[in-house]
Amino acid sequence: MATAEQVAKEAERRDVRTRWLLSAPALIIIFLAATGPLLIVLVYSLLTPGAYGDVKWQFSPEAWLSVFMERDIFDDTLSLAAAHVTIFWRSIKLAIVTTIATLALGFPTAYFMATRSEKTRDIWLFLITIPFWTNLLIRTFAVLQIIRNEGIINTILIKLGIVSAPVQILFTDTAILIGMAYVYLPLMVLPIYASMEKLDFRLVEAGYDLYASRFQVLRRIIFPLVRPGVIAGSILVFIPAIGAYVTPSVLGGGKNMMLSNLIELQFGQGRNWPLGSALSITVMIIVMVALLAYVRNAGRAEVRHG
Amino acid sequence: MVTIKQEQNLPPRAGHLNGVIVPEQPDKNAIEVRGVRKVFGSGENQVAALDTVSVSIRENEFFTLLGPSGCGKTTLLRLIAGFDFPTAGEILLYGQDIAPLPPFKRPVNTVFQSYALFPHMTVAENIGFGLEMLGKSKAEIKARVGEMLKLVKMEALAGRRTSQISGGQQQRVALARALAPQPKVLLLDEPLSALDYKLRKEMQIELKRLQHETGITFIFVTHDQEEALTMSDRIAVMSSGKILQVGTPWDIYDKPAERFVADFIGETNFLTAAISGMGGGKARATLKSGATIEATVAEGFQPKDNATVVVRPEHAKLTSGKGDLSGTVENIVYFGTDTHIHVQLDSGEAFTVRQQNTRSAGCGFERGDKVGIQIGNDAAQVLRD
Repeated sequence: MATAEQVAKEAERRDVRTRWLLSAPALIIIFLAATGPLLIVLVYSLLTPGAYGDVKWQFSPEAWLSVFMERDIFDDTLSLAAAHVTIFWRSIKLAIVTTIATLALGFPTAYFMATRSEKTRDIWLFLITIPFWTNLLIRTFAVLQIIRNEGIINTILIKLGIVSAPVQILFTDTAILIGMAYVYLPLMVLPIYASMEKLDFRLVEAGYDLYASRFQVLRRIIFPLVRPGVIAGSILVFIPAIGAYVTPSVLGGGKNMMLSNLIELQFGQGRNWPLGSALSITVMIIVMVALLAYVRNAGRAEVRHG
Repeated sequence: MVTIKQEQNLPPRAGHLNGVIVPEQPDKNAIEVRGVRKVFGSGENQVAALDTVSVSIRENEFFTLLGPSGCGKTTLLRLIAGFDFPTAGEILLYGQDIAPLPPFKRPVNTVFQSYALFPHMTVAENIGFGLEMLGKSKAEIKARVGEMLKLVKMEALAGRRTSQISGGQQQRVALARALAPQPKVLLLDEPLSALDYKLRKEMQIELKRLQHETGITFIFVTHDQEEALTMSDRIAVMSSGKILQVGTPWDIYDKPAERFVADFIGETNFLTAAISGMGGGKARATLKSGATIEATVAEGFQPKDNATVVVRPEHAKLTSGKGDLSGTVENIVYFGTDTHIHVQLDSGEAFTVRQQNTRSAGCGFERGDKVGIQIGNDAAQVLRD
């Protein structure tokens, strides 16, 4: 006859087995869809490029060296790959500027939405999410239609007599920024709105009551309390923005190469899959380091304020 | 004990609060509300939360706005605080119209019903916030926060987050935070409603002590009539956007002006009577039983056929002989300190008598007894409605 202890042990074992079984689908997805491909990319980055793309199964650190260095074709000396550094910096700069721009636009938008009545709030939320229904490429072309020389903006400006010739916006950095801000704005607005909606507006009243001006209430009460939303929004915008491909290509006219173009080039015409893989992983590391620094900094700021 | 009074006497306080000009000469009225209307919504959905309210609140007074929820008491408080602006009328603070000023330009602070403490700040930072916003020096803030912490007995918890302290402690912090900038008037919006019974009793005494020690005018909003009676210097009873009566707790309880006031505060008996011989605030009331008693008359009473007379249950006496009223005992309810005897009057009206209990004997009556009720001199009040 089994003692109570044995029965309990058996039950626990069964319980553990069931739990593994139940979490199996999630584990399979995580390993096959997320970690697996990353491992392949990592392995490829350490191999030798094949002549017609693909890789040769032969170890080589050359790809990693070429991320930031270039080998002189005559004397084999290594020097800094200025082109790569420029492209990296251009993409990072664009991601930073996009994050700042969407924050500047998104914060007031989220505040506006959160301060509406409960019924109208849902309508605004709905309107903000509408762009997600449309394909990114189509949205980008829509922006192109608006800002091109014969587009709405220039037509109106000329009709009103403000300018005599169309203002060149398309194929400039401004065009890229406009497109990026438009595309990523909802990703900034939604998390800030989620934080803002939970904000107890009686705290805002308490702030006013205690002689805080509108700006002081914003800085000392609202902002610290919605900081988690701001952090989440910034992360959601920064990560895709650093690898943005469609928007800079279409609106920038492909004049300036972005990180995504550079990586694409290695897998296409460049036929250098290991370098493409190494570049991809480098971008990941940069994003991770940037985010860690940002989150830690933002977290510490909160403690200091608190 | 910390004396804010002393502190208050030191600096001249004229015009030092965020550009608000506060006159020096002590006016009799701290707050004067003149013909204030507040309408919410527009068009067909218009609701008058306040219907032409006028009231004066004296300096250093513990003034209570009492009424059921939705009577407009919180709206009036919010208008004084500056969170809402009146549709019409004036709100004077020591003679200056503050109605159009934003809340951060009024030397008035609020203790919120939910306390509204800043969750991202410590207890000390919460208390110091108002002073910081007024641009006080770090040393001054530190000294004043220390004083306030001592005043509300929270020194030990200065560094805690507001989420790490109990409801009663949060209440104290909210009080300290609102008192720290030395407001001209402190507004309290049902501050005790979230506390349990015992803590509420403690805080009632605490609030009276704070008001006494600081000498600040308190405007207290509550729906709890007992709280209002025990704490206030004067009470304004409100109903559906109007102030029905303003007076001392004694006035409000013993000399209610209207049926609503009499009914809302304490238990009471309503009798129909014919009024005669009015003069000097008194009159003779002939009850349905035929007996005539002396009664005080509410201000603004217009002579009419069927006036309403109120008698509090403890101001009447039950006898087995003849009284001013006669009836049959319907029910007897024992309450510990006293016994309530419900009598069906011969005139058809109901009447309750409250009789103090003693240890040695019962109340002396039984259900079905034929009894008389004596109404003492100065026990009856004639209502104006």
